[in-house]
Amino acid sequence: MTMDVRTPSPTIARPEEYEDRGFEHTESSVSVASQWQLMWWKFRKHKLAMAGGVVTILLYLIALSVEFLAPSSPGVIRADYTWAPPQGLHLFRQTESGRVFDPYVNGYKVEIDPVALKRTFVIDEEKIVDIGFFINGEPYKLLGLWEMDIHLLGSTDVDLPVYFLGADRMGRDLLSSLIYGTRISMSIGLVGVVLSFFLGITLGGISGFYGGAIDNLIQRVIEFIRSIPTIPLWMGLAAAVPTDWPPLRVYFAITIILSFIGWTGLARVVRGRFLSLRTEDFVMAARLDGANEWTTIWRHMVPSFFSHIIASLTLSIPGMILAETSLSFLGLGLRRPVVSWGVLLQEAQNIRSVATAPWLLIPGLAVLVAVLALNFLGDGLRDAADPYNR
Amino acid sequence: MLQFLIRRILYMIPTMIAVSIVAFIIIQLPPGDYLTTLVASLAAQGETVDPARLDALKDRYGLGQPVYVQYLKWMKGILLEGDFGDSFGWNRPVSDLIWGRLALTFVLSLASLIFVWLVAFPIGIYSAVKQYSIGDYFATFIGFLGLATPDFLLALIMMYISFKFFNQSVGGLFSPEFQEAPWDWARVVDLLGHLWVPVVIIGTSGTASLIRIMRANLLDELRKPYVVTARAKGLPEWKLLFKYPVRVALNPFISTVGWVLPTLVSGAAIVSIVLSLPTTGPLLIRALLQQDMYLAASFIMMLSILTIIGTLVSDLLLAWLDPRIRYE
Repeated sequence: MTMDVRTPSPTIARPEEYEDRGFEHTESSVSVASQWQLMWWKFRKHKLAMAGGVVTILLYLIALSVEFLAPSSPGVIRADYTWAPPQGLHLFRQTESGRVFDPYVNGYKVEIDPVALKRTFVIDEEKIVDIGFFINGEPYKLLGLWEMDIHLLGSTDVDLPVYFLGADRMGRDLLSSLIYGTRISMSIGLVGVVLSFFLGITLGGISGFYGGAIDNLIQRVIEFIRSIPTIPLWMGLAAAVPTDWPPLRVYFAITIILSFIGWTGLARVVRGRFLSLRTEDFVMAARLDGANEWTTIWRHMVPSFFSHIIASLTLSIPGMILAETSLSFLGLGLRRPVVSWGVLLQEAQNIRSVATAPWLLIPGLAVLVAVLALNFLGDGLRDAADPYNR
Repeated sequence: MLQFLIRRILYMIPTMIAVSIVAFIIIQLPPGDYLTTLVASLAAQGETVDPARLDALKDRYGLGQPVYVQYLKWMKGILLEGDFGDSFGWNRPVSDLIWGRLALTFVLSLASLIFVWLVAFPIGIYSAVKQYSIGDYFATFIGFLGLATPDFLLALIMMYISFKFFNQSVGGLFSPEFQEAPWDWARVVDLLGHLWVPVVIIGTSGTASLIRIMRANLLDELRKPYVVTARAKGLPEWKLLFKYPVRVALNPFISTVGWVLPTLVSGAAIVSIVLSLPTTGPLLIRALLQQDMYLAASFIMMLSILTIIGTLVSDLLLAWLDPRIRYE
């Protein structure tokens, strides 16, 4: 996404650098601190990256505990609640004895448009639906281990559903879908990145370590992949995924397609690192010491640029998330019953739905937050990856 | 320069062949071949297939023969007769369908590229000169936001806003009365009136990254000793800025075309689908969903080739601007 065109000059950081802005490290503490310690100090100064890190951790925590957080499961269809608008949560209730903590939402009433004869739901201030925290609902297995039926919040009356973020065309709860979508969207980024990590580090490593003809070949392949417009190519590959495959297999097929194109960026980083390290003294020393290639690479070279790899991995997750969202939005990626943010946005594909139910765009906000958070985190990690640079 | 040009064009040939192979693989990917799909769709409409026609088609596409024969037949048709195969979804030759739409895609991508340049240039300079000012932070923030927003989401939001607050639709590239009209001056003006919406949407993410590159490059340049010398000698600040540092920092504007262009073409595809523009996007997705593979693959191939040619042009421009590259 972003390209670093500057070549930083290799100067050793001075202790003062860690002392400004209120972090007090004495000269001796800097000189004995481990590499990871220095990175952490440097990362901590990057406020946006810290914020991005916190949001990212929160998102993955949500992805882990969707069953507990979501009021219901995402596939529940209630055809008589088509495009019900969001119900705002009120935490306090006005009684004779003053305001007391007793959460509720307002119920719906149906209005019929006299011209179009269309049924629309509007919030009815008179009706009240009681909301409870930690209520018993559908049973599930938390983290696949513990059987539970407690949900964070929801309607205390089983027959009266609540829609904190509104409902879609089929009366499905958007909040529940959004929370379940977090798991799919965030994990597809991770799984895809792991796959492109293997491709990227292997091919980039070969390219940078051996150089010569094989390097030339791999570089041409990378240039070729980068010169093709990605979305049409992804669309072509994704359209070949058979429609009758089970959801899990489609999920993996899509991640493989995404990482098949996404590995190139990482391969370039790895190659660049190998090229610059190949002539370093410590690599030469290891070789003269009789270490074989395998040991030289994994024992001596990889650890010295591992932090760079983590940074560029983080920076390639957002691209994966965006790609999956686009494909699913077009109807070529994941399909229900699997819910991702892109699948949810598919509901908002035409202007009629968006005009009737603007809340269908909320999943887009989730994409935005996730991508921004990961970008900031990755930027901070990249800056911190080389703590000896100024 | 001529030698450089020839070498660059020769380099392009293997890339073109690779693109055509990828497109051909996409044709081959769905289960079944062109004929079974055709027969199935005709049977679904209750029509019977003339065996003689079937044999003729079989021979034309080389079906039943080894894959490489099929590929060579397809390529031969394209190179010698401009024949991309038939679209069974439309029952017409693919070549009838793609050229007009490719031309509009080209116009759209080019307009977006120009938009990206025009916006990124002043903002990038401003951000670098006034580093850490409020305007710089604002530009950085908008830049990150532009990078993080998927194109189609931006299109949806624009559509919603214009519908809700201006009560008009932003879809399409022509007003209804110009939809089928022949090309004349009035139609071009009408096109320009509609073009800016998709151009802004498609250009946003490219602008965001170009601003960051421009800013970083110019910052590096501004710290160099010759700038300090010039300032010490009393050169006016604006002249100091535009005489050398800006010109040097401008290089990436050309050199990044190679990867900005694929993003723009990608963006154009998906935004066109949302806004239903008469470019390649909507036809491509329909072809893919119907598994109308000759049409879909021809689109993917031609879009890639357009991008590769665009990259070539940018390389040549760069070589013309920067002699260090052509004597390398």
